[in-house]
Amino acid sequence: MNSALHIKGVTKRFGSFVANDDISFELQQSEILALLGENGAGKTTLMNIIFGHYVAEQGCVDVMGKTLAPGDPKAAIEAGIGMVHQHFTLAENLTVIENIMLGSESLWSLTTDKTTASNKVLKMSKDFGLQVSPDAKVSSLSVGQKQRVEILKALYKDAKVLILDEPTAVLTPQESDSLFETLKLLVAKGLSIIFISHKLHEILAVSDRILVLRHGALVDEMQTCDADKNRLSESMVGKSISEPIAEKLAQGTEVFSLNNICVNGTKAGTRLANINLNARHSEILGITGVSGNGQSALANLLCGIIKPHSGDMQFNTHKVTAFSPASFIDHKVGRIPEDRIREGVVGEMSLWENAISEIYRKISRFGFIDFKKAKHFTHDLIKDYDIRCDGIEQEARLLSGGNMQKLILARVLSQQPELIIANQPIRGLDVGAIANVHERLLAARRAGACVILITEDLDELLSISDRVAVMCHGELSPIYNADQITKTQLGSLMSGATIDNNKNNPQEEVCA
Amino acid sequence: MRLEIRENMPIWVQGLAPIIAIFISLLLCSLLIIWAGKPVLESYALLIKGALGSSFALSETLTRATPLIFTGLAAAIAFKAKLWNIGGEGQFYMGAVLATVLGSGLVTLQPILMIPFLMVTGAFAAGILLLIPTLLKNYLRVDEVVVTLLLNFIVLLFVNYLLEGPLQDPMSMGWPQGRPIIDEGLLIPIMDRARLHLGFILAIVAAIGCWIFMKFTLWGYEIRSVGLNPEAAKFSGINISRTLIITALLSGGMAGIAGVSEVAGLKGYLTLDMSPGFGYAGIAVAMLAMLHPLGVIASAIFFAGIYVGADSMSQGMGIPSYIADVMVAVSILMVLVSILLVRYRVIKG
Amino acid sequence: MDYISIFFEVGFWVATIRIATSLIFGTLGELVCERAGVLNLGIEGIMTLGAMSGWMWVYLGGSLWSAVFFVAFLGAIAGLIHSCFTVYLGLSQHVTGIALTMFASSLSYFAFRMMLPDVTTPPKIDAFSNYAVPLLSDIPFVGEVLFVQSPLTYLSLLMVVIVIYVMYKTPFGLAMRMVGENPIAAEAQGINVHLVRTISVMMGSSLMAIGGAFLTISAFDAFFFGMINGRGWICVALVIFASWQPKKALFGALLFAGIDAYQVRLQQVPGIDIPYQFFLMAPYVLSIIALTLLARKAVYPKALLIPFRRGERH
Repeated sequence: MNSALHIKGVTKRFGSFVANDDISFELQQSEILALLGENGAGKTTLMNIIFGHYVAEQGCVDVMGKTLAPGDPKAAIEAGIGMVHQHFTLAENLTVIENIMLGSESLWSLTTDKTTASNKVLKMSKDFGLQVSPDAKVSSLSVGQKQRVEILKALYKDAKVLILDEPTAVLTPQESDSLFETLKLLVAKGLSIIFISHKLHEILAVSDRILVLRHGALVDEMQTCDADKNRLSESMVGKSISEPIAEKLAQGTEVFSLNNICVNGTKAGTRLANINLNARHSEILGITGVSGNGQSALANLLCGIIKPHSGDMQFNTHKVTAFSPASFIDHKVGRIPEDRIREGVVGEMSLWENAISEIYRKISRFGFIDFKKAKHFTHDLIKDYDIRCDGIEQEARLLSGGNMQKLILARVLSQQPELIIANQPIRGLDVGAIANVHERLLAARRAGACVILITEDLDELLSISDRVAVMCHGELSPIYNADQITKTQLGSLMSGATIDNNKNNPQEEVCA
Repeated sequence: MRLEIRENMPIWVQGLAPIIAIFISLLLCSLLIIWAGKPVLESYALLIKGALGSSFALSETLTRATPLIFTGLAAAIAFKAKLWNIGGEGQFYMGAVLATVLGSGLVTLQPILMIPFLMVTGAFAAGILLLIPTLLKNYLRVDEVVVTLLLNFIVLLFVNYLLEGPLQDPMSMGWPQGRPIIDEGLLIPIMDRARLHLGFILAIVAAIGCWIFMKFTLWGYEIRSVGLNPEAAKFSGINISRTLIITALLSGGMAGIAGVSEVAGLKGYLTLDMSPGFGYAGIAVAMLAMLHPLGVIASAIFFAGIYVGADSMSQGMGIPSYIADVMVAVSILMVLVSILLVRYRVIKG
Repeated sequence: MDYISIFFEVGFWVATIRIATSLIFGTLGELVCERAGVLNLGIEGIMTLGAMSGWMWVYLGGSLWSAVFFVAFLGAIAGLIHSCFTVYLGLSQHVTGIALTMFASSLSYFAFRMMLPDVTTPPKIDAFSNYAVPLLSDIPFVGEVLFVQSPLTYLSLLMVVIVIYVMYKTPFGLAMRMVGENPIAAEAQGINVHLVRTISVMMGSSLMAIGGAFLTISAFDAFFFGMINGRGWICVALVIFASWQPKKALFGALLFAGIDAYQVRLQQVPGIDIPYQFFLMAPYVLSIIALTLLARKAVYPKALLIPFRRGERH
């Protein structure tokens, strides 16, 4: 067998942080090679080097025996590398065919040939079972369809090596299965594939060979037929970290409910249709769904960012009338935002200025901030929540993802909230940091708080939630007990189907 | 070419960067002097002499710096909140107009009250002027850059109308010139045989006040948060609309006071050519000061020196005085680059 | 003359199209820059530069058409400066644009004073004269309005067609729209984002400069200080008014020019006793009103104002 891709001694640093440490491996032709590693292990960085988004300090990449020019995506494409990024790289307001064609004709050509291109795309989509309409606007496609466009984009440019970066992160279990079938078909037709993931079961299902990456270095390699889960997870994480377990607690009293809540929205994902839910003290209520089905709108509603157009919200037996972040904070709602960097912190401000961002009015005198109190408060948080930093004057943007999340958790939990909205709290964190976040949320649950956990990670959802519900097209499914539902059933709910009610004993919602 | 974030940079480098930027701008502008066929060093020597060479020259520089400190503060405060106020010119004239309306006999108070009265009302009027684009931005998502720019032209035409109509000085023999400010409202000179007036001291006080406001108060904290990351600010409970309104009133107010100070301090009456672009130059002042209120003082004095010095250079050497504006524009660009290079390093590939 | 009969005058319609010409060039230029993701607030200065240098070129003996090319070249240089700062270095597009306007206008004034240190009344040149299209110009009214115009006016209309073709029918146009919408996606397809943005800004700035030159080598025959007088800013407003579509930009420019031509004539209507300054405010006030009405619906190019930095962790 010939090697399709040969990575030779690649090293990449960001400042003092080593993202890739002298990595070498080969990808054989017609092979599916899985690259396993947890968040922050350097998988995406490595792929971005292969594709020329980043330039490595050392090492090089050979494709079919020829060395690639570093830092040039165009050279990588011409050499036959196709990449499906974790976050889709599509222009929403352009059509499918425009997205696919871009870059395939000379920029200086005075005309363009859309018909030929359309025909080629249609033929390819038939050959590989990737159904998509060339003239549709990308904004009108579902997540699964967008991913098909991403794969077609690569195939259109005659990719020989296809790299998929966490391709299942946004798919339902059923969609993932159909993706795996497509990949096997592609390999049968002669392509070679690198499949990046941190999910063991997927990697075992789809790959021929597995490489494990940890802290930027290759630590393990095995044929998939010889692999076993324990060895994989141990080499992925290093020392074993025990995930905290949700202990059984007595059922709490109801503290929070949404009754017939509607939010009008024109774009997909901004609409909420007739949402009913109730949540209790001492429980974690998990909500999941394919991204863009209204979870963000629900989170924004629960965080006080948007107002409902109809329906009402009850909290502690009071009807909520003031929808604003400030009034929610005053009523002891703790909110952990979806995007730490965008909504969670002001990156260019110091740690202490970020720490007081929800309480600064309470520690002021005559309109002046009490610096002494603020800094004292921050010192306590850093100590209590074990935030690793270079002191309270450090800019928040310089924190690692895990420590930034600790800062946000500290800010929220130090106010002893009764209701906690945690929106994707572990996104992008490594195993240690994930365990930390879950421990904190479970501790809050033990102390009687009600936690609403919004996540796309089904493992997380089922491991710590007491009850779960699924969002689809802005509607919320009935609520199920977490120990009585399977991932496959969740997958059906996520794609809009219903599941057999008798077997799962759904709890009927109390409607106002 | 790529940019890579620098982890940290010694503070003295950050302070030195704008100075190097200024030096490079002067170097670039010497090309214009060479084009004019004049000796570069001699011309710059004349510029420095014209700006600092005598106590009179120095007083002229500080006089010119006075409105620049105010408009520089206006830009610095607004830009901190990422409110792109390019309307300093219009707000300047708004303040000047209100000083003329109220200060030319309509209201008479003791000087100790009259001067603050004119300042506050002028600031308020100019603040309201900036409030229009701010509210349009906040509630209707109208781009404030274009609106503030267009308002400059509207205000200038309005001033033109006032000076040929209701506010025209009857003694001006038809010149578009405003009625004079009554003696109680005039800013007293603070130097013998020079034009330097009380406004300069007020400008210093204003700069210190803005610094304290931005650094130590709740509102200052809110303005900085909103400017650096509006989404995070909103998420943590800051009222964005209110913060922008405060910013607009303060920023517009500063530019308005610049107008009051020029009318009541320098000439005593309003003319159409009162501002040779103080509003726009304020942007340069704020950028050079890296938006720091105390830095605005130094940076305003520097640019004032360029303007005053360029006048005497153009008289002595025959180089068109527009060179001063070129220098100001070039130094904005160079300062921008220097700020970038402090934060990033440029690497090949 | 009353306020309705103005619409039946040939002169009003001719003036509308004449006034629209520089707005069409300017708006198209700004539109091209913004579709590629770069706000170019240097427009006011670039138009001033175009006005001064075009005039000066002819005054020093160059031909009128060579002046157009010269001015386009200078505009492209100014665009290159803007790109160096905003595209390659990723600096604030607002501040760079304002600084570029200050730089280009003061440099123009400086150069004008350098060349003509002592003149008090600006000297004149032989500007473009109107070209009557054979046969078509004989059509009554319509022919007089549309087909007896400056060659630069015809060029501006041709430019609308060319810009539409380039934007929607060529690979470069697709790349341009893509880098203004999602530069990361464009780079993933092997497009050099910085290069596409730079070329777009240079082309756009050329158009702006020609728009400025139209004033001094066609509409008038002399250069005055401050003669651009906010036209550039109105073009920035018109781009939003046109929701970034060249077709609508033409319509917007004509509408605004019509209002401008109308207010000039309205001033002379007897019985209207409003100070002339208020008429002169009309274009600025209307720009603000148009922005206000349309801003909510405006669909900005998503990457407008956002610098693209290669190799940054996103």
